[in-house]
Amino acid sequence: MSYEILRLIWWALLGILLIAFAMMDGFDLGTAMLLPFVARSDVERRVAINTVGPVWEGNQVWFILGGGAIFAAWPALYAASFSGFYLAMFLVLAALILRPVGFKYRSKLANLLWRATWDWTLFVGGLVPSLVFGVAFGNLFEGVPFGFDADLRFHSEITLFSLLNPFALLCGLVSVSMLSLHGAAWLNLKTDAAVQRRARGVMPFAAIAFVLLFAVAGFWVWHLQAFQITSPAMHDGPSNPLAKIVVASTDGWFANFGVHPILWLAPCIALLGALAATLLRRTPLLAFLASALVPAGTIAAAGCALFPFLLLSSSNPGASLTVWDASSSKLTLEIMLGAVVIFLPIIIAYTAWVYRVMRGPVTADQIVRDSKTAY
Amino acid sequence: MDIVELSRLQFAATALYHFLFVPLTLGLSVLLGIMETVYVMTGRTIWRDMVRFWGVLFGINFAMGVATGITMEFQFGTNWAYYSQYVGDVFGAPLAIEGLMAFFLEATFIGLFFFAWDRLSKIQHLVATWALALGTNLSALWILIANGWMQYPVGARFNVDTMRMEVTDFMAVLFNPVAQAKFVHTVSAGYVTGSVFVLAISAYYLLRGRHAEIAKRSMTVAASFGIASALSVVVLGDESGYTAGVNQKMKIAAIEAMWDTEPAPASFTVFGLPDMAGRKTDFAVRIPWVLGLIATRSADKQVPGIDDLVKLARTRIDSGLLAYDAILQIRKAPTDASARAVLYAHSADLGYALLLKRYRGDIENATSDEKDRAANSTIPDVPVLFWSFRIMVGLGFWFIALFAVAFWLSARRELNRHRPFLWAALLSLPLPWLAAELGWIVAEYGRQPWVIEDVLPTFLGVSSTAASNVLFSLLGFVMFYSALLAVDLFLLVKYIRLGPDHVVGG
Repeated sequence: MSYEILRLIWWALLGILLIAFAMMDGFDLGTAMLLPFVARSDVERRVAINTVGPVWEGNQVWFILGGGAIFAAWPALYAASFSGFYLAMFLVLAALILRPVGFKYRSKLANLLWRATWDWTLFVGGLVPSLVFGVAFGNLFEGVPFGFDADLRFHSEITLFSLLNPFALLCGLVSVSMLSLHGAAWLNLKTDAAVQRRARGVMPFAAIAFVLLFAVAGFWVWHLQAFQITSPAMHDGPSNPLAKIVVASTDGWFANFGVHPILWLAPCIALLGALAATLLRRTPLLAFLASALVPAGTIAAAGCALFPFLLLSSSNPGASLTVWDASSSKLTLEIMLGAVVIFLPIIIAYTAWVYRVMRGPVTADQIVRDSKTAY
Repeated sequence: MDIVELSRLQFAATALYHFLFVPLTLGLSVLLGIMETVYVMTGRTIWRDMVRFWGVLFGINFAMGVATGITMEFQFGTNWAYYSQYVGDVFGAPLAIEGLMAFFLEATFIGLFFFAWDRLSKIQHLVATWALALGTNLSALWILIANGWMQYPVGARFNVDTMRMEVTDFMAVLFNPVAQAKFVHTVSAGYVTGSVFVLAISAYYLLRGRHAEIAKRSMTVAASFGIASALSVVVLGDESGYTAGVNQKMKIAAIEAMWDTEPAPASFTVFGLPDMAGRKTDFAVRIPWVLGLIATRSADKQVPGIDDLVKLARTRIDSGLLAYDAILQIRKAPTDASARAVLYAHSADLGYALLLKRYRGDIENATSDEKDRAANSTIPDVPVLFWSFRIMVGLGFWFIALFAVAFWLSARRELNRHRPFLWAALLSLPLPWLAAELGWIVAEYGRQPWVIEDVLPTFLGVSSTAASNVLFSLLGFVMFYSALLAVDLFLLVKYIRLGPDHVVGG
């Protein structure tokens, strides 16, 4: 397999891992975000929390695996994005650290203040990552100021406040509305009575908010400055981001969509998925599957628009990281592809088994019965 | 403090915090598997109650392990960006495979372990428990393959076109002898931690005269598993010493505070006060032959002392500078074949030239004095290593003694009759954590000034972010982790006091 094909496969795998993370961990982030709104009494809160109790830990591994896969396959991207977005990453990590302890410790004491405190940490632990991931995607389109010296040491002028610009915040809201919808669709599927009723009530609002915000973001992207590589194509050259020329493009970020109109499917899937989820909310399983399409379409649309860019430098466009010059060596990409081909089907198989074992709604009766062992 | 010191402090703090939770997870997961196997084989429900009780404590600890582990996966990128860029081609792969092969297994089956007692058959639940234990242990394997490569960077080569280390032989990375020895040593240490935990808390119950049936059975399991693990830690710790002796001679010399090369076989210093400035060890008490036998597995091979290793480093700096000059030439004329040949011949010493970057950017013009200083900078902190190592080894022998007594008493069914033993077991509770943390200090602090032994100096590996950012995150993590640790300990103590009846009774 050529180096060029391997890089393309790993670009697709990067997208697939991000989509899997947004689909799987997305609904439990969304559930945590909706906790104060859909569940009022302690038992209702526990019902909502216990819908994700047995599965959130496995879901979160998609995030860990995403980090590991970026490290292994795109080390320059791993180094640049995580050190460049330093304080934003710290916020995400701090929020994600709260989740394991929040889930595990909340119901270990009966004290109401204790439980209310953990409910808030779970809410923050759901909201902050959802928002920051969206903000990060927004900054991918705008570019961030960075470069490399001759030793390929990364340096940047990025600050937390420069990341929190209007377009990026809009993308953050797209992400929050998307994961709220997904979380509501999950609760609609996995609960009954009042929690289910309230979650179902959230779905139209979340879906409409997503559709509007996504459309505004798309319109805004149309007017953002895009870039293109003008130096001769070196798709199987060494991974050195300083060997190319990048200039501002007049075609905009939708140029790839013009060349390959089939790519329009991605944003259409996102929009139709959101509408279908809310229209089908009385058939919860179908609605949940529809809402799972939303992150898939959204992330695929963003990735296809940016291709071949991974991380755009606004101050030094030539130093931008692309699919062709930010990857690992050919051997590492081959080894890692082998590992993915072997282990991903196994992961999917046992994850599917766990969901099958844990199928069916969580009810207030179950919580009262298993009060000591449930979350 | 500058960004290098802040970043090192943050990594040390977050890694040491993380490793407060990991060894207990490693050990207790296997103990849960053993107890549940007994339950499935005998059908006696007391064994299921034991699994559920120890499982609650396991869960409280596991949550903290996961929470502090998230930081570790991303900290290389946030704080060690140049490190990630320079060695990510090699180092990233084991971390990613850890996620694919191990952490997914562990994190998926822990859900079934806690939530699916009523939904699975006995055998199915047992499979879930063992899958959890297997995932936990495989996770340690891949992390230690990554860490082993930092100690002994085999199977990789510097590529001037990408300015980084790249894999040439993945099998060598996988079957790195240092990684294999470290893996067995570390998981055995985890088993000892789990066994001491179960032993100590059971001893507490027996001292109080509570839950005697569960406590005695738990102690028997912990004693049998613990004695095997404690022997394995010491024997395979010795194997670690041997493999380190092959590659990290400076680390061995520093652990032994051995300034001069002795005639073979070298003696082992039991006690002494190492003096960094005077380059001598005061009040040394030595046992002849022992070090030479451990480090070289022979009576006639020498163990080199610190002073000779510094002289060797000085020659490697000159050799490394030839490689560095070649890189500068290749940058001007990328097709210069003779420069590439020079680089290839000297690239194993390139890291030694990079040590000079601490003193000046244009290291090709380094003075002789700067080269001497760089060579001297290869000496790690001798007193810290000397004492960390000795306390760790002493604790290792204490665990063997403790488990041997426990095993003997358990065989004679006298576990609850000897209060001094029960007190010794209870008071030993914090010791495996102390030993494990000291072990990491020996391994990582002993590798300084390298982040990748002989390849990349630690101070070059940091990110170019603002020092104030790192100070902020360091303080944030320490406060955050300390608060969560307090909650964790509070809950553990509370659930230990409540005892098994609370968890399984009704």
